[in-house]
Amino acid sequence: MKPFALVRPRSLSEAARATVSPDAALKAGGVDLLDRMKEGIDSPKTVVSILEIPGHDRIEAGPPAKIGALATLARIAGDPGLQKTYPALAAAAGGAATPQIRNMATLGGNLCQRPRCWYYRLEEFDCRKKGGSECFARDGENRFHAIFDTDLLCCCVHPSATGTALLAYGAKLEVLSPKARRSLPIDRFFSRPTDDATRENTLNPGEIVESVWIPALPAGSRSIYRKLKEKESFDWPLVEVCVSLAISGGAVRGARVVFGSVAPTPYRSKAAEAALEGGRPSDELARRAAEAAVRDAKPLAQNGYKVLLARVELERALRQVFG
Amino acid sequence: MTDKIRVGFEGDFQVKEIAVAPGDPAPWDPSKKFSIVGTRVPRLDGKPKTTGEAKYSIDVRLPGMLYGRILRCPMAAATVTSVDLSAARKMPGVRAALVLAEPGERVRFAGQEIAAVAAATPEQADDALAAIRVAYEPRPFVVGLEAARKPGAPLVFDGKAETKTSAGDVESAGKGLARNGNVLGPRSTVKGNVEEGFRKADAVVEATYVTQVQTHTALETHGLVARWDGDELTVWASTQGLFGVRDELAETLRIPVSKIRVITEYMGGGFGAKFGARIEGLTAARLAKEAGAPVKLFLDRKEEQLATGNRPSSVQTVKAGATKDGKLTALQLTVYGDGGTNGGTGTSGPIKNIYACDNLKVDEFDVFTNAGPSTAMRAPGHPQGAFALEATMDELAKKLGMDPLEFRMKNDPSAVRREEFRIGAEKIGWKTRDDRRQTQDPWIRRGVGVGAAVWYNTGDTGPRATVTIHRDGSAEVEHGVQDLGTGSRTMVAIVAAEELGLPLEKVSVSIGDTRLPYGPESGGSTTTPSSAPTIRRAAFQAKKQLAAAVAREWKVPAESVTVSDDVVSAPGDPKYSLPWAEACKLLPGQGVSATADRADNHDDAWQRFTTGAQFAEVEVDTATGRVRVERVVAVHDCGVVLNALATESQIQGGVIQGVSYALFEDRVLDRRTGRMVNPNVEEYKIAGSLDVPEIDVIMVSVWDGVNNTNSVGIGEPATVPTAAAIANAVSHAVGARIRRLPITPEVVLAAVAEAEEARAKGGPA
Repeated sequence: MKPFALVRPRSLSEAARATVSPDAALKAGGVDLLDRMKEGIDSPKTVVSILEIPGHDRIEAGPPAKIGALATLARIAGDPGLQKTYPALAAAAGGAATPQIRNMATLGGNLCQRPRCWYYRLEEFDCRKKGGSECFARDGENRFHAIFDTDLLCCCVHPSATGTALLAYGAKLEVLSPKARRSLPIDRFFSRPTDDATRENTLNPGEIVESVWIPALPAGSRSIYRKLKEKESFDWPLVEVCVSLAISGGAVRGARVVFGSVAPTPYRSKAAEAALEGGRPSDELARRAAEAAVRDAKPLAQNGYKVLLARVELERALRQVFG
Repeated sequence: MTDKIRVGFEGDFQVKEIAVAPGDPAPWDPSKKFSIVGTRVPRLDGKPKTTGEAKYSIDVRLPGMLYGRILRCPMAAATVTSVDLSAARKMPGVRAALVLAEPGERVRFAGQEIAAVAAATPEQADDALAAIRVAYEPRPFVVGLEAARKPGAPLVFDGKAETKTSAGDVESAGKGLARNGNVLGPRSTVKGNVEEGFRKADAVVEATYVTQVQTHTALETHGLVARWDGDELTVWASTQGLFGVRDELAETLRIPVSKIRVITEYMGGGFGAKFGARIEGLTAARLAKEAGAPVKLFLDRKEEQLATGNRPSSVQTVKAGATKDGKLTALQLTVYGDGGTNGGTGTSGPIKNIYACDNLKVDEFDVFTNAGPSTAMRAPGHPQGAFALEATMDELAKKLGMDPLEFRMKNDPSAVRREEFRIGAEKIGWKTRDDRRQTQDPWIRRGVGVGAAVWYNTGDTGPRATVTIHRDGSAEVEHGVQDLGTGSRTMVAIVAAEELGLPLEKVSVSIGDTRLPYGPESGGSTTTPSSAPTIRRAAFQAKKQLAAAVAREWKVPAESVTVSDDVVSAPGDPKYSLPWAEACKLLPGQGVSATADRADNHDDAWQRFTTGAQFAEVEVDTATGRVRVERVVAVHDCGVVLNALATESQIQGGVIQGVSYALFEDRVLDRRTGRMVNPNVEEYKIAGSLDVPEIDVIMVSVWDGVNNTNSVGIGEPATVPTAAAIANAVSHAVGARIRRLPITPEVVLAAVAEAEEARAKGGPA
């Protein structure tokens, strides 16, 4: 780890000003940032710590919900209002990492964390995510890598569990910059490697996620988050899936289906959504939607099995949500 | 002196005549009423370890101590053309720097040592490493066993293979074996005639089994702290063998053994990878000498994963035949193992030593690759060998239409293990295992599998111990063994207390220092059967000296005084009888002490192998391939258990490490660069608390009479059959044979798909 200056601003606006410089890094829980600094893949000259700034960890379960970016995953997972209205978010937060990490990790940090691709995480590999010219995973060791959008320069998978759930809920992020505040729909927050392979989101320098707003869901809404890991104790998922839909007049309406850990961004399956729209909830509908979801999968040499897992997990999620 | 002793196990004892060495007590008799031995004794150092008060070698901080770090090659194969330390030497805080790979030297794996520095802080040392300028000439390299076997594959060694072996390795690589490209061997074993055996067979099965590379991943990393005082060297090491560290330092640094002291007060695990001073230790000593200050050099987790050894991979082809009444007629194993730059990849222990078969053929090949060297790891060769052998036994039983357990019993020559099979089968509910396969969830299947273990009851001669009885009735044991975390310290106290008839709190123990009488290295599950008989002998002799001293006071013949059950007496005269504490008051100021060497094993005693049987029950999600081990029943021959709590804990540890090996652990190398892509404990997956099954430990007492305590080691046998039992359970659950470790969802799904395809084609399932 290289020496750095620690800055502890008293407000988020002050923090935004301090992180305009490309040499500055924002630290909330510090879970991912400190890992990267210790692994030698990130060496900010200034670390701007916002963890102790008060007032940004509030959870208003709503609906609509408003969650401060400094709320920890543990608190989101344990919030009775969120559990009731947005159960997929509570489950995603509660299933991430380990109890110790969930007590430190924040919602903002979870959304902004960098991928866990093992080539990216090793300083010896100058991959595209570090500004290099090659994705080592594409023809390398890719058993845990992307199965969708694998033709976008970088085959990493996005690691944010809460991002998967928030995308399914159509959340918006309140983003603060030194001069202004803007509202950013979450589907425009995540960026693709073809936009800029060295980043995973569209935040500008000096912009900070201040809070997350989740709309009220229509009557008859249901949602679910599932994931599959090799280990039961701490492990990164092989596949995550989040479904949010309403059942109205006996038919599925407004389904949003999002996979996690399968693409460089949380991956919304429009094919599955289209298959579900207007359908009568049934095991058969679940099966058809799951099959539609993976039709466009383009697995790499070693991760074809993840396609099957994605299909199974979505089918199960739908059957569960249909009840 | 010969003695008649009773040997055997519950319900099956026999009398044997053995030669007992002078000054050695005869082995404990099965009728012996123990006061401490066999009870559940919490480890003596449990509290300091729990509170953090215990200082491991990695915790040692000395005044003026520097931090050593090693620069490693990022390439899988190269020739070093130059190493320039001049800029590094000028970096802030740097006090010493060394070249470890001289220009012209070949580097054979990514992670090999190139140079080292010592600086005032770890960060300064890291910065200095970055300032070292190394020029390499890259060379072609080869990753993976299959690639390395191909004709024309880049050669890991052009000339003679320069392998390094340490205590406990399966077998050293060289020894005049043929080498063809990167392939060394075979080491062959032939018994009877397998061709004839296969001709006699009514059923023959043959299949290939693949296992991965597993790393040791001890909690405490490799390393030591070295301090010179003039020409004397003291090191605080994390080692499985204090005296081996001392001897390697003496030999390499060319200083007398008497000038070196090695200390390991507490240790955070080794699993076979921590023998000798190793390059880390020698480097720390040399840096400390150059800097004129103590140097601490402990590796980080990444270095630990790259360069400190591993359990080699294997590709095993097993062929087996049996008659229709279930007798094995032939067993054949051909194995190729990837030990990186080391050999020693054989897996034949189980196939040679578990089931009786007149016709056996084994061919073992080491395959060199450009990867970190293998080294001994908890039962070297056995978990991989047991996995392949026990899958084969299941397949052959199936082909014969026989219950897999019954088939094993028919071919198992060990009466103890047959009993273990019976106990375990009862406990796991073997008879109803087929009925339990279906669950309420159509996707979830349950399965039960079994695996057998063998290990070698080989306590070693060589250890020495001193037992002193003080005037106040307390006693002290000095013995240079190290406690890896297995409970050796407590074991030493238990044996002395039992023999002297003292409560545990009256016995103090000094271990972990080469200034103490010679202790055994902790490898091959030999620590307890090496140390315990030594301690008992020394205590036995100290007790004799107490009797002699009291006899002198009483002016009676020495041989007429006996010490038993807290009482020192000369039978026949009630006035010559004193409680222990009163008798000790008659001792001179220095008390009495005896130093004893371990006696030879009684080769003429009853049995030479330790056995075990494990049963696993798993739940498999057949749609996702996800396996959860629900329960493991581990039944093991534990000799005479000295500490039931520690023995149980050792077996649980073996099972947990076996579960982890069976399901998760896998060193992944990037085929295109030869670098390990998961050199951590995040993507190198190890079972966590939620992945640990319910473990039933059943300790079978066996009185083998081999040493005076009948003790055996359990560290290794406890992990031998776990993966085998789990793989068989998964195969039972899904109705498809698992032939690859680790058993990830991908592996299960592939096995299920393959079986379905075979069924669709009308072939055998």
